[in-house]
Amino acid sequence: MTASPPLISLRSVSRTYRTDGIAVTAVRNVSFDIAQGEIAAVMGPSGSGKSTLMNMIGLLDLPSEGAIYLQGADVAGLSEDRRSSLRARSIGFVFQSYNLLARHDAIENVALPLVYCGISRKERLARAEQSLRAVGMLHRAHHFPRQLSGGEQQRVAIARALIASPLIVLADEPTGALDSRTGAEILALFAALNQTGQTIVMITHDPGIATQCRRTIRLHDGELVADETQAMVLPKRSVAP
Amino acid sequence: MTMLQGFQIALHALRLNPLRSFLTMLGIVIGVASIVTVFAIGAGAQLRLQEQIRSIGANVLMITPGAAYQGGVRLKDGSKLTMTESDVQAILEQIPEIQAAAGSIAGTAQVIHESKNWNTTINGTTTAHFMVRDWQLAAGRYFSNAEEAGAGKVVILGNRVARELFTAGEDPIGAQIRIMKVPLEVVGVLDRKDPAQDDVAFVPLSTAKLRFLGSASNINRDSVAYIIAKVAGDGQMAGARSEIENLLRQRHRVPAGQEDDFKVQDPAAAMEAQQGAIRTVALLLVAIASVSLLVGGISIMNVMIVSVTERTREIGIRRALGGRMRDIRLQFLCEALVLCLLGGAIGVAGGVTLSMTVARMAGWITSIDGQAIALALVFSIATGLIFGFYPAHKASKLSPIEALKTE
Repeated sequence: MTASPPLISLRSVSRTYRTDGIAVTAVRNVSFDIAQGEIAAVMGPSGSGKSTLMNMIGLLDLPSEGAIYLQGADVAGLSEDRRSSLRARSIGFVFQSYNLLARHDAIENVALPLVYCGISRKERLARAEQSLRAVGMLHRAHHFPRQLSGGEQQRVAIARALIASPLIVLADEPTGALDSRTGAEILALFAALNQTGQTIVMITHDPGIATQCRRTIRLHDGELVADETQAMVLPKRSVAP
Repeated sequence: MTMLQGFQIALHALRLNPLRSFLTMLGIVIGVASIVTVFAIGAGAQLRLQEQIRSIGANVLMITPGAAYQGGVRLKDGSKLTMTESDVQAILEQIPEIQAAAGSIAGTAQVIHESKNWNTTINGTTTAHFMVRDWQLAAGRYFSNAEEAGAGKVVILGNRVARELFTAGEDPIGAQIRIMKVPLEVVGVLDRKDPAQDDVAFVPLSTAKLRFLGSASNINRDSVAYIIAKVAGDGQMAGARSEIENLLRQRHRVPAGQEDDFKVQDPAAAMEAQQGAIRTVALLLVAIASVSLLVGGISIMNVMIVSVTERTREIGIRRALGGRMRDIRLQFLCEALVLCLLGGAIGVAGGVTLSMTVARMAGWITSIDGQAIALALVFSIATGLIFGFYPAHKASKLSPIEALKTE
């Protein structure tokens, strides 16, 4: 172990939902760490608890049992509003269905998380421009989501996820709604971002995508069944020891 | 998220659907407009009454013949007026609370100055009349004793009459005017009072009796149409009134049990009672107008609840991107507030326009009161807060995970 704790640690995490008196365990006793600069795929068939896991890593949900540490700090004790503030600064979400606000143009969508970081409109827009440039979408800054293709919308969504310089980008089936060529472009974008040191956790049920990530965490029926780090598929990263 | 950002988001959201936003705020618009209008009309009516009360003068009692009070028919029939100049003297001398008293007779006539003429009230009275009514001169002087005793051919003009007969810049003092072919010298012009009060020309009582009104209305040399008397202090009105009643009953030899042939009135008190009635009616109307504000608030709440449901996914996204529950609450509360404030502002503009239109078309006096406008705006803010709170609270309580799942 190095002196600095892993970015995210899950320790015996379980999540049980109770609906109509019936308890359903979506995630059972899962433990793993995500280190700074990693790119990991969380794989598993639908219903395996991937989304529940992502909601917990993304501080949208809390484990019923076990603990989640973000940079060594237990998040369970944080209030709902504290977790929201932490989310604004530390987590960047990318969704399968993009989840852009239809009535705002691209640049405003990208700038949205900064509203909740208390940043002035001028700086928000300046940083949104940077972020859009980073994903190659600056030329679409004033287009509305309905005027953009799926791939373009997802790029805008990635720009939004990146704008607050989050500790981790959580992508839930980011290519699920895209054709394979566009999907490959988006994956290439994630790979490029990872090369700049961005930590990324990607949830997918597509083995083809998982193979492009160095590490694959497999879930089945809510349980962790495999945590494999494969030989490098992506070009070598230059990470300081 | 700051309040300002909340308002920016709210304005953005409301601009996207201008017709719906406008219809939503319509209830508030109507409510605020009616409150402002009712206030303006009520305040105008009170203002007019206060002006009338002021123009009568403070602590004034008015003594009129009983017969005249029952319709005035006997007066026209030539039946004799019941009050006399010696009654005036007796009141002044025998009742210590009375500071000043004056008898008057009045009629209407054409007053002529060169090419201009004007039909107005001719009031024959004494200088005491002006003392009773606290009526100052704008220029010139009051009647002299000699003029009062000797039917002097002098006149004091009410402000309106002076303006009708003389062009601006022309000095009425010393000018000759004619009333019923009698030439009179203008010795004074009175200060402005109420518009209705300014339309009068005063001549000495003796002049009126001898030269104009005496022969026309069969007045005996000593009688007057009414008496006004000034009481020294506020608290002495009731005492002075009953003393006058006793004195006049005695002087007019009214037997016990028979109706008085005169009537003592306190016009200011009567008007104050009227003012109270106006206030009550105005408050009632404001209460009715407030109901539409309530309905407006309910309509805002209704639309906001629908809007929260419609925008569940947006709420989920905002929560995922770091929006706190209180940020979401603030956002929707700001929307309700903006609706109400905008509605309130439009309502104030509408109310001001409406009351000005009413003032012009119906000829009523309306008074637009900053306080009423502030009150209406405070009401609309309160409406926004009260009726916006529940939808905003509901929005903030949505689970982000569930919200993100909705289509």
